[in-house]
Amino acid sequence: MSQPVLTVDDLSVRIAGLHILQGVSFTVAPTGVTVLLGRNGVGKTTTLRAVVGLTPRNGEVDGTVRMGEQSLLDRPTHRLVRGGLGYVPEDRCVFAGLTVAENLRLAERRGSTPAYDRVFALFPELDRRSRQRAGSLSGGQQQMLAIGRVLLNDNRLLLVDEPTKGLAPKVVTEVAEVLERVAESVPVLLVEQNLAVVRRLARDAVVLAAGKVAWAGDAQELLSETALTRSLLGVGSAEAHDATPAAARKDGH
Amino acid sequence: MDAIILLTLTGLGLAALYFLVASGLSLVFGLADVLNFAHGLFLGVGAYATWWAAGNLPGAGADGLGFVVAVAFGVAAGTLMAVLVELVLIRPLYSRTIEQVLVTVGLSLAGVALLQATWGADARPFPRPEWTRQVTTILGAQVPNGGLLLIIAAVLVLAAILAFLQWTRYGLIIRAGVENREMVTALGIDVRKAFTLVFAIGGAAAALAGALGSVYFGTVSPQQGGSLLIFAFIVVVIGGMGSVVGSAYAAVAVGLLQQFVNYYGTSGLGDICVVALLAVVLLLRPQGIAGKAAIA
Repeated sequence: MSQPVLTVDDLSVRIAGLHILQGVSFTVAPTGVTVLLGRNGVGKTTTLRAVVGLTPRNGEVDGTVRMGEQSLLDRPTHRLVRGGLGYVPEDRCVFAGLTVAENLRLAERRGSTPAYDRVFALFPELDRRSRQRAGSLSGGQQQMLAIGRVLLNDNRLLLVDEPTKGLAPKVVTEVAEVLERVAESVPVLLVEQNLAVVRRLARDAVVLAAGKVAWAGDAQELLSETALTRSLLGVGSAEAHDATPAAARKDGH
Repeated sequence: MDAIILLTLTGLGLAALYFLVASGLSLVFGLADVLNFAHGLFLGVGAYATWWAAGNLPGAGADGLGFVVAVAFGVAAGTLMAVLVELVLIRPLYSRTIEQVLVTVGLSLAGVALLQATWGADARPFPRPEWTRQVTTILGAQVPNGGLLLIIAAVLVLAAILAFLQWTRYGLIIRAGVENREMVTALGIDVRKAFTLVFAIGGAAAALAGALGSVYFGTVSPQQGGSLLIFAFIVVVIGGMGSVVGSAYAAVAVGLLQQFVNYYGTSGLGDICVVALLAVVLLLRPQGIAGKAAIA
């Protein structure tokens, strides 16, 4: 078996006295999508933020996180990102006051040629709207911009946090298609609540419960077992076929 | 009519002084979340360094090109001071607000004490070109040239900062960082370099305010920075913490209000009205005129 691109070993995170992650261990395969699942508040986002060095100052992080042979926890976020760890945060976090072009320009890295062709091939809308302020884009367009910013550079691993959250069904499908294409060239660690998207994209799954890994293995196997998904995620696998969860229906395109 | 023109232009002169101090203060807070109570010290260092250079630095003087050299020396000293403060004292304390406040308040007090110990507590006459002591007649009003110099300097500084923010890579980083500093880091950018840069810009603008403010008042004193800093903070809050353009609008509002109320009301009433304006803005628009956007 090929070496994992990311190894998380005994990762613990305490923030403001709360022991959010309690010895989480898992690996991310060097190809395809590994999905991090779990009910709300189990520590999925905390895990991604700890990997990319964004745990708040009042937080304590213990354990080991390695990308290849390189230890990550002792390095500042900007160095990790420059080293090929791309991060798409929850809620997009585009710079609302900047234009689309400025958001993308900000992601350019010194010493490498930005791949605008790749970004605009995936998201032609961004090219057309380059002078538009990011704050005036729809939720779906903002998500495309957030993903586009990361794809401007070559990465060794992408961390993508709930990319379909709050998006209309049509846009959820578009985002899933893009991630599917992206995952052909770079491994992705994905946090996702929409099980239809998980079914479409994920090869491996890691399920967190109460700050620990409750299950890890083949994602399709997990989703095929209704009792297992119901006990781990609080939802039956049959519901995983619904690509339009309640959360997605709240926000338009 | 002459009085209104005079009050307007002297009010704008005061506004220019406030803006020069507040613009850096606002950018520093907007980007780095640092409430820098030592910002007035940069003004004091700029003023005293200009004063010292005019009398001692070869090539510098109180008139002509020598005065430009003296002011440039003062601005350089204020900038250096700001950079050192950021690198040595603030950098280890990011995200530790209480400690930042304690350090910057302590530094401000220590700085004033050091200036007093070195050059005395009394105000000293400030060397300045002869033309800055004179007045220019504008629509019948005799306006002090020192005030006009401040207005011109503030407009140039505003234009330079806006051009920097709009057209340079670091300007882009600062605008983005004012919105979401963490996300800037997550794009692979070392935002700490931008922190140092905004401290340098703020230090330079405050030092220029120190030099040109001393030209306007005709004297330099250790307490100058502290008294101006209070109004600069008010300008920053009214303008929107992080917004340079907001600071410019707020400085004009505060300067004009102060000047008109002090003239037509009782001396000192203008200051009270400024505090009242601050209260009204906080109640009706807590995010300030421009909100949190560097060039909005």
